[in-house]
Amino acid sequence: MEFFQPATWAEALQMKAAHPEAVPIAGGTDVMVEINLDHQRPAAIMDLNRIRELAEWERYDGMLRIGAGVTYTRLIDELGDRLPGLAMASRTVGSPQIRNRGTVGGNLGTASPAGDAHPPLLATDAIVELASTSGTRHVAIHEFFTGPKRNAMRKDELIAAFLVHPATGPQQFSKVGTRNAMVIAVCSFAVSLDPTHRSVGTGIGSAGPTPLRAPRAEHFIEDVLLDENLWNRKAEVSASALKRFGDLVARAAKPIDDVRGTAAYRRHALAVLARRCMTWAWNDYRLAA
Amino acid sequence: MRVSTTVNGTPHVADDVWEGESLLYLLRERFALFGSKNACEQGECGSCSVYLDGTLVCACLVLGGQANGREIVTIEGLDGAKVQQAFVVAGAVQCGFCTPGLVVAAHDLLNRVPNPTDAQIREALAGNICRCTGYAKIIDAVRLAAGSA
Ligand SMILES: Cc1cc2nc3c(=O)[nH]c(=O)nc-3n(C[C@H](O)[C@H](O)[C@H](O)COP(=O)(O)OP(=O)(O)OC[C@H]3O[C@@H](n4cnc5c(N)ncnc54)[C@H](O)[C@@H]3O)c2cc1C
Ligand code: FES
Ligand code: FES
Repeated sequence: MEFFQPATWAEALQMKAAHPEAVPIAGGTDVMVEINLDHQRPAAIMDLNRIRELAEWERYDGMLRIGAGVTYTRLIDELGDRLPGLAMASRTVGSPQIRNRGTVGGNLGTASPAGDAHPPLLATDAIVELASTSGTRHVAIHEFFTGPKRNAMRKDELIAAFLVHPATGPQQFSKVGTRNAMVIAVCSFAVSLDPTHRSVGTGIGSAGPTPLRAPRAEHFIEDVLLDENLWNRKAEVSASALKRFGDLVARAAKPIDDVRGTAAYRRHALAVLARRCMTWAWNDYRLAA
Repeated sequence: MRVSTTVNGTPHVADDVWEGESLLYLLRERFALFGSKNACEQGECGSCSVYLDGTLVCACLVLGGQANGREIVTIEGLDGAKVQQAFVVAGAVQCGFCTPGLVVAAHDLLNRVPNPTDAQIREALAGNICRCTGYAKIIDAVRLAAGSA
């Protein structure tokens, strides 16, 4: 096994171009499990911890540009106020030890359908910034996941950052698991309300080959909110509309039976999660001073 | 390859390190620091908890090369007498296998939150598994350590 330890981003991109087989390692919370349990013996491994830029975030064109190497702990502490949905999801990741090392870049790299960062990123139309020696490209999050544990990143590319708008309204995230901590989601759901654009974003986790959005549910609830002038009236959304929203989210999912749950259970649970998350988020909006 | 780190304030060097080797392996098998335990090697049990540049991590999930030039503090070098004493007094130790990891994790919690609520204690120790005590006395111990601050 070869070990590379680039000191700068430019050096990292050159090394990745020269050694496309090199497996990047950030927090190592996915990669080290694979190596320790001998599920994977990469020919080369490339440590990204020394690259200062990857651990930084900045304001960028009205958005936040967050380095792929920013840990969950730092996201929660430093950006929780601006990205409440992603922070909620981050709080459910593993344990303090895992959140201290694990990164959103690593979550995107693994691209597991159960990755907890993915639903809030989908709900907020995040953008993934990929880079190589031949340049930088931006991939919309809903085009980033191409299959189970597969993503749009080329062999010569690295994830530089992700870009996301700071929240303009309430966001929620909810996850079903057998206990409160240290669980892979049976299924999960994120919702984001954008009062500025009068829009609603959704993200579904662990209920399909990739993380998914629920576009029909989004359009349905956006229409309800507009048609009934609810953004201005700040009145309750009817129980029947909330139920329909939940049902449309469940219908957007493409779950399978596996060790963590059946497809039928996942669909049922998603309808409940979506209804609850939407209710919580809407109440946050309605009742805000 | 060679890995040079500072462990508990003392420089440590290991040669002929396999590139896929974890920090936990380095600590135990090369530096003979057996306080950090190896129970799962997949980040689930927390028995290998150490500080890496002041941050609580699972040593089994840190690649040896990532520890190059960094500062590690293990249970052997922890200024943890208060927490350790509280574990003894509260009867929070049975077989003791989980204890080093729990002491380091509790130490980290009390550094961040000197007077944690029960919910905060449970949350902070969620990554540490104990198969003996049933956790009640461990939580008592952390409360005790916080009270004796
Ligand atoms: C005990 C335990 C509990 C966990 N619980 C959860 C959980 O609740 N929810 C959850 O979503 N995940 C969980 N995970 C999985 C893991 O922590 C997350 O997927 C985490 O986000 C991975 O980040 P990392 O920095 O550690 O990634 P690494 O392990 O370093 O890398 C993961 C993948 O991404 C690639 N990669 C990393 N950075 C880049 C980059 N900049 N450019 C290109 N590729 C890159 C790597 O090559 C690798 O393929 C858990 C893991 C453990 C061990
Ligand atoms: S041995 Fe590291 S967490 Fe279990
Ligand atoms: S005391 Fe035996 S595992 Fe905790």
